[in-house]
Amino acid sequence: METLGFLIDGFGVALAPHNLMFALLGAFLGTLIGALPGLGPANGVAILIPLAFTLGLRPETAMIMLTAVYAGAMYGGRISSILLNIPGDEPAMMTCLDGYPMAQKGKAAEALAISAVASFMGSLIATVGLILLAPILADFALTFGPAEYFALFMLAFATLGGITGKNPMKTVVAAAIGLMIATVGIDNTGVQRYTFGVLELYEGVDFIIAIVGLFAISELLFFIEERAGGGKAKMVVNKLKLSWKDIRDIMPTSIRGGVLGFIAGVLPGAGASLGSFISYTLEKRVLGSKGSFGEGDPRGVAAPEAGNNGASSGALVPMLTLGVPGSGTTAVLLALLISLNITPGPLMFTQNADIVWGVIAALLIGNFLLLVLNIPLVGIFVKLLSVPPMYLLPIVTMVAFVGIYSISNTTFDLYFMVAFGMAGFVLRKLEIPLVPIILGLLLGPEMEKNLRHALDISDGDWTVLWDSGLAIGLWVFAGLGLILPYILGPLLRRRMQVAASTGGPEGD
Amino acid sequence: MSMRAPLKLFAAATLTLTSSMAMAFEPQGKVECLAPADPGGGWDFTCRSVGKVMEDLDLVPRSVQTINMAGAGGGVAYAHTVSKRAGDEQLLVAASTATTTRLAQGQFQGMDADMVNWVGALGADYGVIAVSKDSEYQDLPSLMNALKDDPRSVKFAGGSAKGGWDHLKVLIAAQASGVENLPRIPYLSYNNGGEAMTQVVGGHVDAFTGDISEAQGFMESGDLRVLAVLSEERLPGEFSDIPTAREQGIDAIGPNWRGFYMPADVSDDAKQYWIDAMDTIYESEEWQNVMTQNGLMPFHMSADQFENFVKSQIRSIEDLSKDIGLIQ
Repeated sequence: METLGFLIDGFGVALAPHNLMFALLGAFLGTLIGALPGLGPANGVAILIPLAFTLGLRPETAMIMLTAVYAGAMYGGRISSILLNIPGDEPAMMTCLDGYPMAQKGKAAEALAISAVASFMGSLIATVGLILLAPILADFALTFGPAEYFALFMLAFATLGGITGKNPMKTVVAAAIGLMIATVGIDNTGVQRYTFGVLELYEGVDFIIAIVGLFAISELLFFIEERAGGGKAKMVVNKLKLSWKDIRDIMPTSIRGGVLGFIAGVLPGAGASLGSFISYTLEKRVLGSKGSFGEGDPRGVAAPEAGNNGASSGALVPMLTLGVPGSGTTAVLLALLISLNITPGPLMFTQNADIVWGVIAALLIGNFLLLVLNIPLVGIFVKLLSVPPMYLLPIVTMVAFVGIYSISNTTFDLYFMVAFGMAGFVLRKLEIPLVPIILGLLLGPEMEKNLRHALDISDGDWTVLWDSGLAIGLWVFAGLGLILPYILGPLLRRRMQVAASTGGPEGD
Repeated sequence: MSMRAPLKLFAAATLTLTSSMAMAFEPQGKVECLAPADPGGGWDFTCRSVGKVMEDLDLVPRSVQTINMAGAGGGVAYAHTVSKRAGDEQLLVAASTATTTRLAQGQFQGMDADMVNWVGALGADYGVIAVSKDSEYQDLPSLMNALKDDPRSVKFAGGSAKGGWDHLKVLIAAQASGVENLPRIPYLSYNNGGEAMTQVVGGHVDAFTGDISEAQGFMESGDLRVLAVLSEERLPGEFSDIPTAREQGIDAIGPNWRGFYMPADVSDDAKQYWIDAMDTIYESEEWQNVMTQNGLMPFHMSADQFENFVKSQIRSIEDLSKDIGLIQ
């Protein structure tokens, strides 16, 4: 098989000692960057591009190192989610939901280890998918027009109800807040909405600022409040106890998450956040009340991690086959390719086979490196928890400030972040979940844009939205996602109550 | 992610002034290049690639640090340069036709082209209008004739915002071929040229408007048929097969130049130094290589000539935008 030959050549490139060394360096730096709140993979790769140039690296070595940084950052994002309840980057947001409760129960080490294994699985599945299916998937991505994208985003919102909390109304309120914030900025037709003549608002609200503000700053405010009122219990730090059974338990979840994430990654513009989100909500739907999602279920940690790592490899499909960046990070990688004298586009697989397959092989190897790197590091990361919050949180806050400032170099963003922090504090007091806010903010603009495009193309005819088989399929899934819980939920609950005599009614 | 304050070498500057009047400006320490967008875009590329060439040619003593300052399509960086960096002689800001477009349409509120120093341009990316390989349109006039019959018959996709440069290129060509009711022509704005192109290749949108460098990949694979390039003459090398709009009887030119401005209130010596630097860079072999690699076409201006060009481009975009009702 031709592909296999290319892949073996690719391994030849990736396993060259100096390439391997740079892959390891990249994986390590990436994990670090991913773990720091505010510094996401896109910024990490951008920061390290000059390093690649300064070292005078060859194109394939540079690409291999930066792909490793990319993969590493996706691994790293989970660390602060689990330990601090602050997502290291936006796709890691969903990991907070069960990761942090696990840590609170004294299972931080397990959460980190499980998420590393799930990340590995997600990435592995997606990389294999990339190798086998890249050309077919490129055609699949082309069939997504505005109507199909709109239906896809509707699917995401339809499954939102199941994500957090006891009160579905509060989830809806939160999503609505996110969508409202998403309208700020210059819209698709060039009209300014809620910009108040402030230049910084023209391009809308950067979701990194919102995430770091809502999560990190509000966490600090909570801490201050608790100190004033007597302080909170110190978290128990444990030794890693992970059996094969634990790993086996999360395997089906990881595989499902990896596949879903991969599909989300393949579609340009959908991205890793959507991948981790859909993986989590669907996993919760699949397992229903069999799991203790939201209270520290290991599968709730595995699903989003497999999802976001699957998506990050999936995002390489449109980048390598179509020359279209599916995410911010792949946009940076694409820019690097261009500056290395490689024309991105459909011919890259044939014209630059050595680089493309070198990168794919590096992704596989990097993935193994990351797993090997991450399991022993669990112990070190967990030690972070034994640092008293009164020292730890100010440091995290400082890192957050530095990270946010480095994105756009304006102090406006810092004020904005603090404002989000205060809003986050109030919202958490009201028990309004933060995750749907970010999702509304993240998906809102894309959803609106695709709706407008669809209507522009059809000259205002709404039927275009369900004109293709693919769109109809997505609508059906969205409809099921919305309705099923209300039909199946009571049924399952009744059966559960019969099965377990102690099982109390649980709100959904 | 370094954030050291800009080095203000007052001491060194005064010393130079008193010791010898003839001593020309030379940059000291770190030079900053401000890219008014996130990493990965055209401005970011301009800063990083020019910065590297400047380092290679020893035009700067140490390194050129690229700083990304996204927001308002370059407006945040423009405001920053005008209000906070006046007199900073070691700051270059990447600019392109997108900058002049926004200045022309008054999108940088309360600011105009006179508030900065225009240093020079180092190449251009020419506009193209393209369709998918299955499209019924074989040349630009047939596409424009369809628009003449019904302005909504052809939908365009591009990477800039509505009213932005990619949109304007369509309107420039349509105006030149006598299409009426320009505001009725549908334009769909995407996050970048690549996304817009996949929608055209996938058959969801009729035509693509963008730059030649963006279209190169899909053009080579045969998925995209470039109907016209909006340049004065045919482009060199591998692009020489593409007809210009002009030779098809449509007098439309759309260069997206890449260049720099710097803050106001800098000394004449400093300004001259950077103008000379632009000339040196443009002539260097290193830069010519970068240009070929990235599909940049010959286009060079510096000093007054560049400033005049920028201002006349702003005027013509302003007129066009008024004609089509984008601005009053």
